Amino acid sequence: MEKRVTFSRWTIGILFAVPQLLLIFTFFYWPAGQAVYWSLTLQQPWGGGNIWVGLDNFRSILSNADYWHSITASLVFAGISTGLAMFIALVLAALTDRQLAGSWLYRVVLIWPYGIAAPALALAFRFILAPEAGFMAVVNQVWPGFWDPGLDGTDAMTSIIIAFSWKYVGYNFIFFLAAFQAIPRSLIEAAAMDGSGVIRRFWDIQFPLITPTIFFLLVINITESFQDSFGIVDIMTAGGPANATNLMVYKIYSDGFKGLDYSGAAAQSIILMILIVALTVVQFRFIERRVHYR
Amino acid sequence: MTIIKRGLTALAAGALSTALAVPAFAEPVKFDFWFGLSGDLARVVDTMCKNFNESQKDYEVVCTSQGNYDATLQNTIAAFRAGKQPTVVQVYDVGTATMMLSGAYKPADKLMEENGYKIDYADYFPGIARYYATSKGEMLSFPFNSSTPLMYWNKDAFAKIGKTEAPKTWEDVGADLKALKDAGYECPMAINISANESWQLMEQFSALHNQPIATKNNGYDGLDARLEVNKTKFVQYVTDLKKWYDDGLVKIKSKDLGQDMVQAFATGTCQVILTSVGDHGTVGRTQKEGMNWDVAELPVYAGTTRMNSLVGGASLWVLSGKSDAEYKGAAAFLNFIHDPKTALFWSTNTGYIPVTKSGFDYMKSQGFYDKAPYKGREVAIASLTASEPNEITRGVRLGNFTQIRAEFGTQMQAIFANKVSVQEGLDTLVKNGDAILDRFQQTYPGKTLP
Repeated sequence: MEKRVTFSRWTIGILFAVPQLLLIFTFFYWPAGQAVYWSLTLQQPWGGGNIWVGLDNFRSILSNADYWHSITASLVFAGISTGLAMFIALVLAALTDRQLAGSWLYRVVLIWPYGIAAPALALAFRFILAPEAGFMAVVNQVWPGFWDPGLDGTDAMTSIIIAFSWKYVGYNFIFFLAAFQAIPRSLIEAAAMDGSGVIRRFWDIQFPLITPTIFFLLVINITESFQDSFGIVDIMTAGGPANATNLMVYKIYSDGFKGLDYSGAAAQSIILMILIVALTVVQFRFIERRVHYR
Repeated sequence: MTIIKRGLTALAAGALSTALAVPAFAEPVKFDFWFGLSGDLARVVDTMCKNFNESQKDYEVVCTSQGNYDATLQNTIAAFRAGKQPTVVQVYDVGTATMMLSGAYKPADKLMEENGYKIDYADYFPGIARYYATSKGEMLSFPFNSSTPLMYWNKDAFAKIGKTEAPKTWEDVGADLKALKDAGYECPMAINISANESWQLMEQFSALHNQPIATKNNGYDGLDARLEVNKTKFVQYVTDLKKWYDDGLVKIKSKDLGQDMVQAFATGTCQVILTSVGDHGTVGRTQKEGMNWDVAELPVYAGTTRMNSLVGGASLWVLSGKSDAEYKGAAAFLNFIHDPKTALFWSTNTGYIPVTKSGFDYMKSQGFYDKAPYKGREVAIASLTASEPNEITRGVRLGNFTQIRAEFGTQMQAIFANKVSVQEGLDTLVKNGDAILDRFQQTYPGKTLP
């Protein structure tokens, strides 16, 4: 006789799953479904009624040059800030892992930025990067007109990239450092005895061994740069100047809540969701192949 | 406390006739008032609410700040959809069209009539009343905090170039700014070009020069109104501002860059700004020691017949779906706010202007405008009442106007960054603004503005 530990009736299993299913349904499927429904209708903000418009909302968004500009800006922001945040964190973690003098200090200090809420951090950077009052005022005195995020779109984009990267350097650092520390010392010592230098050991031993962490952080950073950028944009640039920093997530907010265009914002959030899913699929499909899991 | 309060209520009720409408032993009827002011202004509103609650025993208003105008409207909409809306809500000027189409309000004039309050609507300054009234002249909401823009000018700086009076025309402004620059002033005039400045740069300018912002009498006559600021005198104005900016006569000041224009003026950095009379108090409190300054009406181009400026600020809406008792309380509250004494309290503690002639007269009779910190604010009334408002200068009633203002900021920034020419920028503003209006019209099929 086969002996298995099973529930006598399938209903008990379902019962155990119900709380979890309810949570997922209430906080994900229901609102997501509502968003899909709204994106296919024109909603009156006060709830006075709506009309079915099919894919009209998507058509009007995708035929709008400003929206394509917003997608480009988001991709540029995601690419540069992810690259910057990961590169700096990687270098810092590698140095800390080598037990340089004072590395205990970096280990504590570098973790802090991630704990700061985006709006607070944005306020701080707004001051630091203000062309007339902050640190950049000094630079502007030497080269007048060098830094003007109020009118120069590139400067404004640079500001939000710096603020966002600064925050995620701390987050990435924790993971990179943990990954480095998990590499058996014996491997590195063996390589050192064979006469390989620091750089050589990094590329041939450490880097391949931390690729799972790099891949994980890449996915997280790109996803977060599409979503977590909201607070920074809202405080630092409010999407300006001339839409230069109007990232997709900020445009959803301003069209939906400031402009009371709930349907257009719902359609935009569906597009954003599809874009993030697509980017993640691409990463798993093409980049994960190069990852060596131990 | 409650026991004492109840006892007092009972005593009072016993002493009065039994024909009272409100049950003698009942707690006061509570109702909510949501508003969009914060900081100092929110404290003034709270005091006003306290004064109302202490002035009578039947009603208790619970006043809650929602932070800012946008958030107030958003939160009210969310609350309304959930059936938990406040009884009275403060909605900013440009939200008027959205409110009128919402079907979510109880007309203020009807509310007052039903509850036996006689409000003399002719007492409101026409420039204020007609901004909020329907095309037929009915008052669906009550004008509350009101302001209008003025030109703030530094008397000391102008004395240096031999001027004792503020420039009255834009031609004079151009010459004076040049003279100030030559006299060594780094920043003769400060402006900002974000969405917020649509108010003084585009809307007020158009009203003063009797120029339309949109067809259909600025939207009062139909949802099919479309923008036309790319072919009015406004083009000339933006061209001049841009030229002055290129010549270093006008500087852009905003909080993001370090200093907003009010701070720039109060510290003496910049010599001329265009901003709301509501900032009069702030400039007075934060100004550089000993600086001499004054306010004047916004300039107009030479040869223009000056029209009235527009009111800015917000009005109070009473929402539908509340009980009769709450409506009685709301009516009493609106009547309290309408009182000239409240107007004096309100204008003294904020920079806002009185909305009724009787309020203005009462304040004048109290010597309000003679005293130092408040002197000059009467210029705002002069600007608002410069002419009888006509079909164009009564206001702007366009759907989703917040988004059009945002588009104004975007295009002005593109123009000032030399990305597009003035005409191209304003053409794009009209094109994108029309798309917003088109969408608004589609959202309300078959509906018309009252």
